[in-house]
Amino acid sequence: MKTVNIIPLFVIIPLTAAFLIPLLGRLVKRFSEFAVFLSCAMLLYLSLHARILLNSLTDKILVYKVGGWVPPFGIAMVLDGLSSFMLVTVNLVTFCVAVYSLKYMNKYTDKPKFFTLFSLMLCGMNGVIITGDLFNLFVFLEIASIASYALVAFGTEAEELEASFKYAIMGSVASSFIFIGIAFLYGFTSTLNMADMARVLSFKQNAYLVHFVGVLFLMGFGLKAALVPFHAWLPDAHPSAPASISAMLSGILIKTLGIYALARVFFNIIGSTQNYLSVLMFLGALSMLVGVILALSQWDLKRLLAYHSISQIGYVVLGIGLGTPLGILGGLFHLFNHSVFKSLLFLNSGSIDYALDTRDLRETGGLAKVMPITAKTNLIASMSIAGIPPFNGFFSKLLIIFACVQKGYFGYASCAIIASILTLASFTKVQKFLFSGELKDKFKEVKEAPWSMVISTVCLAIVCLLGGLLLLTSLQSFMGDAADVLLKGTAYAKDVIEAALR
Amino acid sequence: MILYLLCIVLFSIGLYGVLRKRNLVKIIIGLGIIEYSMNLFFVLLGYRFQGRAPIDAQDQAILTMVDPLPQALVLTSIVIGLGVMALVISIAIRIYEKYGTFDITKIKKLKG
Repeated sequence: MKTVNIIPLFVIIPLTAAFLIPLLGRLVKRFSEFAVFLSCAMLLYLSLHARILLNSLTDKILVYKVGGWVPPFGIAMVLDGLSSFMLVTVNLVTFCVAVYSLKYMNKYTDKPKFFTLFSLMLCGMNGVIITGDLFNLFVFLEIASIASYALVAFGTEAEELEASFKYAIMGSVASSFIFIGIAFLYGFTSTLNMADMARVLSFKQNAYLVHFVGVLFLMGFGLKAALVPFHAWLPDAHPSAPASISAMLSGILIKTLGIYALARVFFNIIGSTQNYLSVLMFLGALSMLVGVILALSQWDLKRLLAYHSISQIGYVVLGIGLGTPLGILGGLFHLFNHSVFKSLLFLNSGSIDYALDTRDLRETGGLAKVMPITAKTNLIASMSIAGIPPFNGFFSKLLIIFACVQKGYFGYASCAIIASILTLASFTKVQKFLFSGELKDKFKEVKEAPWSMVISTVCLAIVCLLGGLLLLTSLQSFMGDAADVLLKGTAYAKDVIEAALR
Repeated sequence: MILYLLCIVLFSIGLYGVLRKRNLVKIIIGLGIIEYSMNLFFVLLGYRFQGRAPIDAQDQAILTMVDPLPQALVLTSIVIGLGVMALVISIAIRIYEKYGTFDITKIKKLKG
């Protein structure tokens, strides 16, 4: 029974850090940096440990009962293949971003407040992933969202406040839709536990209400994930935040609060029918094309990257929406890859901003001479996102395109290829205007970013380079288990209830 | 039934405020109305006809108790709403300091 006790630690550790930092951060010098580094390192270790632990079990599921209450009555925390996959992704990126922020946040004042909000956001994301209770999911989602609204406004300049206000209003309306959806489901099934809810829903006949709730959830989670009709906040909010927060937002927040919650609700609770899947595929393909076309004409580096996030989220949703084993595997693999290379790109944009104090592509050029390591990591990330063969982005895009062709959706497959070509064009522009050409005189004195920032970007670049190895059979259970959870659909209920009774 | 419909009307009023108003403060008020309407809706879901407070005593039968769970959940949701409201209002005040206006048509430094 001891092994189960690691599950709540994913929420407890960041919450403790968020509690201690404002108390001691001002009294003890460098306490906030130390606490954040330690908690992120512990979480990374624990998430890898949980992954290995799960591999040793036969049914690949662990349920922690909060307060000892058996699931339909109490809150359950569920660690299954999908949650452990998301935990590893989130905590890997967070660790690198935390190492990066130690130095980068010197640009801003008041580090303790920043790290408090950072830890709270991490706590919210880990909670969303690990919880097995629908209302608890809402609470954690709001913790992560409120922390991210505040972090977007962290610089308190005019643009940042404006973006944060827009994001906060749209995000709160989206949360209201999710809340109403939960209220309807509670009224219909009289339970809040996800597994129990799935079990009760499978007995109900003529559940028209469920389709209505599905639409509410699609609006709510779709806005958090920035799918195309709901994407208006993302290109403002993500560039305005400090670079390390942009990396967190684009890299993992939209995936945890958006894609993961959407997939969990649609596949494991409501049960995925072809209607939902068609809507998801259509929105995915639309996001893919619209995002990349809007990105082409951008000159602000971070804004360009933000539009690419919309486009890449489209790939993930298209893959998951296909509903076939290969499609879901490709979608989840792309989720992992995108969180790695998009956070790397945002961190690099932060390094450039840190050194040059500008991120307008028309003003830069020739930086390869003065910032050689950043140039190389940025090249790796650009090739990954554009889908050039040895890097991880190629394999996931290939899987998604194969899955489309396998199921006979040639239109969606060609959309994916077109979007990939346009992405390549866009990142060729980035590389050309940032790193090649003549170095301007006013940037002659520019130096490479500090070593702690360089280390974290190099780590992420190595993950980009080796990411394709995750498809090897010996490592495939990392994503295979996650895909299995989604493929199982509402049979998830039976597994959780059985595991809870052990 | 009419109570539920009125809840939806209240929700629509809030949504109208968020979508159509130009003043930041009015948008925030609209957001508040949305939150109140959904809290009201959730509490109403737990109501039983002629129900009484969910307190279990020895000589009382558990027959017409209202559902206590939505009440607990709404309490949580109210606190979350308070947090969002405080944050949004403080952002609105800082925006006023920077731009000197609450009119959203004049607050547009972000483009593209």
